[in-house]
Amino acid sequence: MGIISALIMGTFVGAAAGYLGTLMLFKRMALVAGPLGHLTLPGIALAFLFGFDISLGAFIIVALGIILIWWLEIKTKLPMEALTAIVFAAGVAITFLFIPEEKTIPALIGDISQISPIVTAVAVILSLFVIFTLKKIYKKIILAEISEDIAKSEGINVKKYNFIYLLCIAIIVSLGAKIVGGLMTAALVAIPACTSKNISKNIFQYSLGGLVLGGLSCVVGILGFKFTGIPAGLLIVLSSAFFFLISLIFHGTKK
Amino acid sequence: MSDPILKVKNLSVKLEEEEVLKNISFEVKKGEVLIILGPNGAGKTTLLKALLGLIPYKGKVTWASKNISYLPPQELVQRKYLPPMTIEEFFGFKNVSKEKILEIFKEVGLDPALLKRPFGALSTGQFQRMAIAWALVDEPEVLLFNEVAYGIDAGAEETIYSLLHRFWERRNLTVLLITHDLNIVYEHADNVLCLNKKEICYGEPIKILTPENLEKTYGTGIKFYKHTHK
Repeated sequence: MGIISALIMGTFVGAAAGYLGTLMLFKRMALVAGPLGHLTLPGIALAFLFGFDISLGAFIIVALGIILIWWLEIKTKLPMEALTAIVFAAGVAITFLFIPEEKTIPALIGDISQISPIVTAVAVILSLFVIFTLKKIYKKIILAEISEDIAKSEGINVKKYNFIYLLCIAIIVSLGAKIVGGLMTAALVAIPACTSKNISKNIFQYSLGGLVLGGLSCVVGILGFKFTGIPAGLLIVLSSAFFFLISLIFHGTKK
Repeated sequence: MSDPILKVKNLSVKLEEEEVLKNISFEVKKGEVLIILGPNGAGKTTLLKALLGLIPYKGKVTWASKNISYLPPQELVQRKYLPPMTIEEFFGFKNVSKEKILEIFKEVGLDPALLKRPFGALSTGQFQRMAIAWALVDEPEVLLFNEVAYGIDAGAEETIYSLLHRFWERRNLTVLLITHDLNIVYEHADNVLCLNKKEICYGEPIKILTPENLEKTYGTGIKFYKHTHK
């Protein structure tokens, strides 16, 4: 049952992460998932200490972290990436003050062996929520990226959609931390999007490609874990990177 | 020309404690072409943004139409780091039919085959025409253009303005346009608003573009050739 739950959760979370990554890539935010992933670590540590689900702990801390970064940006006018570095580095340091030693590796590279059907159901619902929400705001975010002034003059509330987009990032990073760990969540969003960009000719193919490749990488990684015992997080990232290498063959033929 | 489609009264804008525009008042009638002139930093772009409600302002801005299309300068339009988007998908943001897009492409002199091309792969001239088509495709009543011919050579610039002129005459559009080119003002404007953080002059170009007003707008030392015809 555990592996079935993991496969279902991995497919949906991976697909949602890949789809989200296609937006993050051209907003040049793909790497932000890395520090935010690290920011899940204090939440994971708290979850281990008090015995609740790590995604819940991760989500609370990531959401607080995003609010803190947003507040510090207004207060200090420092660039967002610098503030993200401060907040995530402090978060990692705090984590290792009190995380139990035997839980360090699962926190860093994920652990899918203990996924319950309830957690799977919640993850599926949240992933579907992210996919459908992003589908609704996808075009608006692209237009705002082309020109914020044009988007606003067309009546698009750019601040509102950016907030929804950040909320989706917080959800996916928190769910992703359970599958690939806090260390590698950036890979979950960045690599499928890059692969998809290499082989796509239009937005439809690009966004669908990110979704399919994200889900497929998780399926391959989790099945690999089943047959080899190697942590699924590592295999998911490696299979995703393998798909990226394959896409390079097709990259030159795209017109 | 008829009733005012835009009334602006005592418009002032402060950005980060600095007064960028002070007490601007003017009216634009339906079907009028108003060109906004001024040196860099005069507040021209700020004025357009305030008129669109994109930035906070003091004073009163009243539009008699909500059907307004805005084109920012091409340099402020992101074309590099975008997903692999075709021109057709870009027009999809407007929710208009393919027939409508093909019709407007024909009118601006663009090959329909370009619809399948990537958004970032057009030449500067093609991109400019495509941007104009995008602004016009959902049949706005008012056009706000900021440096519409930025980055293209003088010949192509004249072609772009002639093209626009045909559009706004045929469709009785109201146009607010920012440009640095005085020739464009004499050729195309019904009225001109000279800005340098405050209103320097406003009215028919032939009447108000005097050497004194231009010196007040651009500072001393400006040399120009005065046109005597429209």
